[in-house]
Amino acid sequence: MSDEYENKSSYQAQSSETISGTGSGVSPDMDYVRPAENPEQDLYHAHSFIEKWVFCQDAKVIGVQYFLTAVFTGVVGLILSWLMRLQLGFPGLAGFITAEHYYQFVTMHGMIMVVYFLTALFLGGFGNYLIPLMVGARDMVFPYVNMLSFWMFFVAVAVLMASFFVPGGPTGAGWTLYPPQTILEGTPGHGWGILLMLISLSLFVIGFTMGGLNYMITILQARTRGMTLMRMPLTVWGIFTATVLAMLAFPALLVSSIMMTLDKLLGTSFFMPTILKAGEVLEYGGGSPILFQHLFWFFGHPEVYIVALPAFGIVSDLISVHARKNIFGYRMMVWAIVGIGALSFFVWAHHMYVSGMNPWFGFFFASTTLIIAVPTAMKVYNWILTLWRGNIRINTVMLWCLGFIVTFVNGGITGIFLGNVSVDVPLSDTYFVVAHFHMVMGIAPLMVIMGAIYHWFPLVAGKMLDEKLGKWHFWTTFLGAYSIYFPMHYLGFIGVPRRYYEMYDSPYMTSGVGLNEFISTAAFIVGAAQLILVFNIVKTMKTGKKAEKNPWKANSLEWFTSTVPPEHGNFGERLPVVHRWPYDYNVPGAGEDYLPQTAAPSEVAHTEVEKT
Amino acid sequence: MHAGIIFFLVILGSVLFHIFTPWYWTDIASNWQGMDDTITLTFWVGGGVFVAVCLFMVYCVFRYSYKEGRKAEYKPEDKKLEKILTWATTLGVAALLAPGLIIWNQYVNVPKNALEVDVMAWQWGWQYRLPGEDGKLGTTKVTNINDENPFGINVDDPFGRDDILVQSDYINLENNKPVKILLRSVDVLHNWYVPQFRSKMDAVPGIVTFYWFEPNKVGEYEVLCAEYCGVGHYAMRGGVEVQSTENYNKWLSEQETFQDLIAKQEKLEFENKKIVKNNNFILNKDIYKEE
Repeated sequence: MSDEYENKSSYQAQSSETISGTGSGVSPDMDYVRPAENPEQDLYHAHSFIEKWVFCQDAKVIGVQYFLTAVFTGVVGLILSWLMRLQLGFPGLAGFITAEHYYQFVTMHGMIMVVYFLTALFLGGFGNYLIPLMVGARDMVFPYVNMLSFWMFFVAVAVLMASFFVPGGPTGAGWTLYPPQTILEGTPGHGWGILLMLISLSLFVIGFTMGGLNYMITILQARTRGMTLMRMPLTVWGIFTATVLAMLAFPALLVSSIMMTLDKLLGTSFFMPTILKAGEVLEYGGGSPILFQHLFWFFGHPEVYIVALPAFGIVSDLISVHARKNIFGYRMMVWAIVGIGALSFFVWAHHMYVSGMNPWFGFFFASTTLIIAVPTAMKVYNWILTLWRGNIRINTVMLWCLGFIVTFVNGGITGIFLGNVSVDVPLSDTYFVVAHFHMVMGIAPLMVIMGAIYHWFPLVAGKMLDEKLGKWHFWTTFLGAYSIYFPMHYLGFIGVPRRYYEMYDSPYMTSGVGLNEFISTAAFIVGAAQLILVFNIVKTMKTGKKAEKNPWKANSLEWFTSTVPPEHGNFGERLPVVHRWPYDYNVPGAGEDYLPQTAAPSEVAHTEVEKT
Repeated sequence: MHAGIIFFLVILGSVLFHIFTPWYWTDIASNWQGMDDTITLTFWVGGGVFVAVCLFMVYCVFRYSYKEGRKAEYKPEDKKLEKILTWATTLGVAALLAPGLIIWNQYVNVPKNALEVDVMAWQWGWQYRLPGEDGKLGTTKVTNINDENPFGINVDDPFGRDDILVQSDYINLENNKPVKILLRSVDVLHNWYVPQFRSKMDAVPGIVTFYWFEPNKVGEYEVLCAEYCGVGHYAMRGGVEVQSTENYNKWLSEQETFQDLIAKQEKLEFENKKIVKNNNFILNKDIYKEE
């Protein structure tokens, strides 16, 4: 236990009782915080190595387990994307990539990155680590279920990875798994591959439900004294809203997976109409392929926000801390998160404008989709207004945030093209779409993840990552990723369709060959550049500078634990008591440029804090 | 400082790339100029917002970089500013949505004089059917499809007899004549897409979907399948030739009708029967069952 951290920061995590009456003649009442309503949680402390590191019930360890497992899948996804880019940029160079393989890579890359990497990383990884710390709880409310949640996820990943080794290989149906082709001959992995995919997804949903209940109930019920909902860091708001979305959206994925499994195994026809295959009429009839698309996108669109909202929340906190300024328009930010979350359930069919559904739906879904642009734009304005008149540290964390703003605005604007129904018609199913969603929900959230790694690494590992390496990592990743996806939109304008193994001598492609080679080369570089982070982490753990307590001079509770890294139970003897929101930076009249959430009013009686 | 300069160059580079890009859309060959115009409008408005937001960010990086002892402003909210931004954004979004919906309204309302073209898709190919002299397509059924009736036309539907069958992935269309594409698929999802026509729609097994356009430029165009349909997706190409009325009518008169096909097959069957008689070997039992 590192006692040297004690008394270093100017504000200790302490309850109001200990200081009441010690303020310079201020009435003790001004520090009043409602007493706790529930007794403290009993924690189950680990007794053995296995209980401490494998079947662990500490949310922080579970968070790291989620993080590492998700990163493993992300590396697999990255390698698959290299193979795809190898084929697209330099067709025929790698002779082993057949059309079957290519489509398997496309499918697995998409599903891994969206579900097993981004969702698990944000909610399972950051959610588990940060929620109890940020709301001032000792742990998640159901630690055992939380542990089961991770192991269910682990099994889901194992099943998914197993599909690489079964006869026929993994499914090559595209990550959207549109029937009927998904389960018919003519699609790679239509036997074992798709079955394992559906089983894995079902396990993921079950595991995620266990985790999600934990996140929601912890945030609603286990906040420390004084931590009102409107004093929570936006990170917690983002993760909370995303979890609610996930609870409502994932069931649609689960039922569609089950229904498709039945179609595949028992010959039901939920999604299968009468089909003629190789001159034979198959034993299906009466099902609707479009029904699957509705179910899938009822999950799939909220899924975009399940990834985006935690990213929004985290980036808000990072910007505020490193700009040394309160987040601008906190209440607007909270309502924007909640509003975007609610609206995200009414826009799903904008993925289906040309799916053959009744075209009159287009009017409704185009309108709802463009309405969602308003709260999203407000968030962007508030981020840059937070920078305005701030005192901005241009460090690695801030660079990732700035990179996020550029890529997110870029991807958001192209979303307005695609959401606007008739503009979508020429662009849908082309590389414009691929470029759009990679920019907005691939690169932009990735920028936030990277920023978050550099920001919270000192808390998790107790050491500061190297800034110089961090900057190299940022610039190669940002400039590289931008030069992959920005020009890619223009391939879509030419008319190059997505999911093409090869364009041969198509007139649409002749001018795009050079561009494709360029994009592929950039993709190889960006992927390899991630090794800088690995090297940075290894180097830091070996020889890195030890982090002081609260090295960024942040306000939120995770920096006020009894030890660094925080131990099981997080906050030592007494839970912190919260007196203010987490954004009191550069408050007029305060001595330092930050006031932690635990700073009692009597301690800083001479400041001009606005009521928040 | 360096960071601000690099971000500025990224924004500048994006704008210059857009202006000087050699990769842009193919010359339009249909009536959907409105889609292109809405895209251009969205580029101006959206691009303007992108540049404005990013330049403001770059300005902040230059102007408010960390200085020891500088006080950041403490102003949690600015109701007035937030209100102005909300309404300005709402107006901007509405201005983009309106033309989008107007054009969508045209897209879903097919002109009365449009020529109906049945586009039939399967893994992995296309074929086409045009109405005959009666101007109507006959009804079809997937289970009717066989070697003798490749389009699955209901044999007792009188409208189907004179339908013109194009058993090729290549079709001709008449210039300046609206076309209603009726899409159907016998197996999985497909999508008949010609980039120059700007329009597209999925073909869904079990239902008939549609869209329309009016080709307005004589020439040959490549057809692409735009909805993933299995391992042969990328090779599922076809072609369209847009012709002057004169050339189109000449091409049309050379095409076979369903009636012609039946007659040809009956003749073939008659000969087959002779062979069957001779060889005591039934080549295709199904023919007799169907009849």
